[in-house]
Amino acid sequence: MNAEPAAGNPPQPSRLAAAGQAVWRALASFGLLRESWVGMAGALIVLVWALVALFAPLLAPVDPNMPIAPFAKPGATVAIPVSADLSPLARYLAESQEYTHTFWLGADHLGRDILSRIIWGTRTVLFYAPLATLAAYTVGILMGVAAGYRGGLVDDVLSRIADIILSFPVLVLYIIIIAIIGASGVNIIIAITFASSPGIMRIVRGLVLDLRTRDYIFAAQTRGESHWYIMLVELLPNARGPLIVDACLRLGYVIITIGVLGFLGLGLPPPDPDWGGMVNETRQMALAFPHMTLFPCIAISSLILGFNLLADGLREISLRD
Amino acid sequence: MLLLIAKRLTFMLFTMFVVSVILFVLLNTEFAGDPATRVLGQFASDHQKELWREEHGYNDPLVVRYGRWLGGFVTGDLGTSIRFKAPVSEILWPRLWNTAILGFWAFAIIIPVSLLFGILSGMREGSKLDRSLSVVGILTTSVPEFASAVFFAAIFVFGLQWLPGTSSMSDGFDWTQLVLPVMVLVVYDFGYVARMTRASMAEVMTSQYIRTAVLKGLPYKKVILGHALRNALIAPFTVIMLQINWLLSGVIVVEFYFAYKGFGALLLEASLNNDIALLEACAMIAVAVAVTTQMLADIGYTFLNPRIRFTK
Repeated sequence: MNAEPAAGNPPQPSRLAAAGQAVWRALASFGLLRESWVGMAGALIVLVWALVALFAPLLAPVDPNMPIAPFAKPGATVAIPVSADLSPLARYLAESQEYTHTFWLGADHLGRDILSRIIWGTRTVLFYAPLATLAAYTVGILMGVAAGYRGGLVDDVLSRIADIILSFPVLVLYIIIIAIIGASGVNIIIAITFASSPGIMRIVRGLVLDLRTRDYIFAAQTRGESHWYIMLVELLPNARGPLIVDACLRLGYVIITIGVLGFLGLGLPPPDPDWGGMVNETRQMALAFPHMTLFPCIAISSLILGFNLLADGLREISLRD
Repeated sequence: MLLLIAKRLTFMLFTMFVVSVILFVLLNTEFAGDPATRVLGQFASDHQKELWREEHGYNDPLVVRYGRWLGGFVTGDLGTSIRFKAPVSEILWPRLWNTAILGFWAFAIIIPVSLLFGILSGMREGSKLDRSLSVVGILTTSVPEFASAVFFAAIFVFGLQWLPGTSSMSDGFDWTQLVLPVMVLVVYDFGYVARMTRASMAEVMTSQYIRTAVLKGLPYKKVILGHALRNALIAPFTVIMLQINWLLSGVIVVEFYFAYKGFGALLLEASLNNDIALLEACAMIAVAVAVTTQMLADIGYTFLNPRIRFTK
């Protein structure tokens, strides 16, 4: 890891440039992934799902909320008149006025195409999960850097709060928060931020405690930099390695959380497709029509697997040097 | 040691107090809705609701109500559940017992299996067993509990028709109904504990004293059983104790999916219905279990690891 230029270097780089460099270095460490096939496999899975999310309107054959044929089994076909509810792909495949729709993964109890719902549901999960993780990291990093660098009372108060929150079984915390503030996308982000930022704070605090006695920090202090500059520009970029690995793992957990909340009926309000919610809506019919719950579960498991493999690969690389 | 226990107990009581206050305040805000409407239904007249609130003390100031709840809680009176219209203690203890059964069997399988696989693969890092364990570990921790519940139900209930799909135990205790819930819990937790054991074992195997033991010609069996295991099992002990906390989250999903009448399902139902007395009681138990297991983990750790025994 390169130390920042020491004090006494007259041409000081602008703060913006320093921050830019830090971001660039963080991205560059992903380039090392080539060295780990596990990490590559994970990155590939995540990439595929990201593309599915990006091109959902083109890929999903029909509108995810359109009732077509209730309880249709996988492989069943139905002729649908060509309309705006069809995706460009389906319209391209359609012959003249009618589109013969194949329910590759079957339909749910309301007759909605499960494949289309899974494809659109990718957007939900890949929108809320990174956003919630980012929010949790922003709060957790600020708390952790402040606690580790300032120490004293700030550290005591923040650590105590973290202890209390972390002593709660995670899911219990989520359920209680969501039950009180209600189920919505924003509230899920709030709940995840609240429940996971203390864990992030602990990691960051530990890293900062280690880093804050380095010479370049003293140099910055001697230069008379502000506390926040030192915390965010000098300390944080040097703590990035373990944080990136943790972020990948945590992203997996957040996806599980969003799925579990949806499964418990505390997720995003219907009808918008959400993988956990799809399982919740059809779980009572699962014994007669297993396809309704099976495919959303495969989807969510594979996405989480992708992030876990990615984290494993990144950790392998970070341990190497 | 006593100081540590006293410190932890104080922390537990403090946490329980803070949590109960926050919960109480939040559950009594506008967010949570009117309890009278929940109990009497949407079509009850305002007058009826007012009478109900008066009778159940909902018109008193918040502090008075909290004081009353706290007084009851300390003396063992957990209040009345508005959801089940019965004393909380009557509902809570049988449910907790059911969950204890579930948790017991889950641990009875997780501990030996994950320790065995963890030790075997930690003994020979990079062996076939080691590599397959790490693959299995990543796979199982990637599948959320509700997903593995769905997979198992599809295989064993729909496909093979070996096991019942719900575990409500409505006709008395039936062990076949316990199999799937336990399986789901085991699969989710096993990989993690095994990987931690493996890491701990692998670290011990590279240490100097094991090298010495091997080089001085001790039989391999003796090196492992007499020297390596004692140190390698310290870390997994802590991990297993902390898994109890984790299991508490897992049982909520499993009990909900299989309609098992346990603590997790009760907690979910209490929070969905804003059942203040019941939810407070459940939350207190959750905190108490979590902090107690952490404390036991710490105490056990100091017993198992002589290196930190005398350093405060």
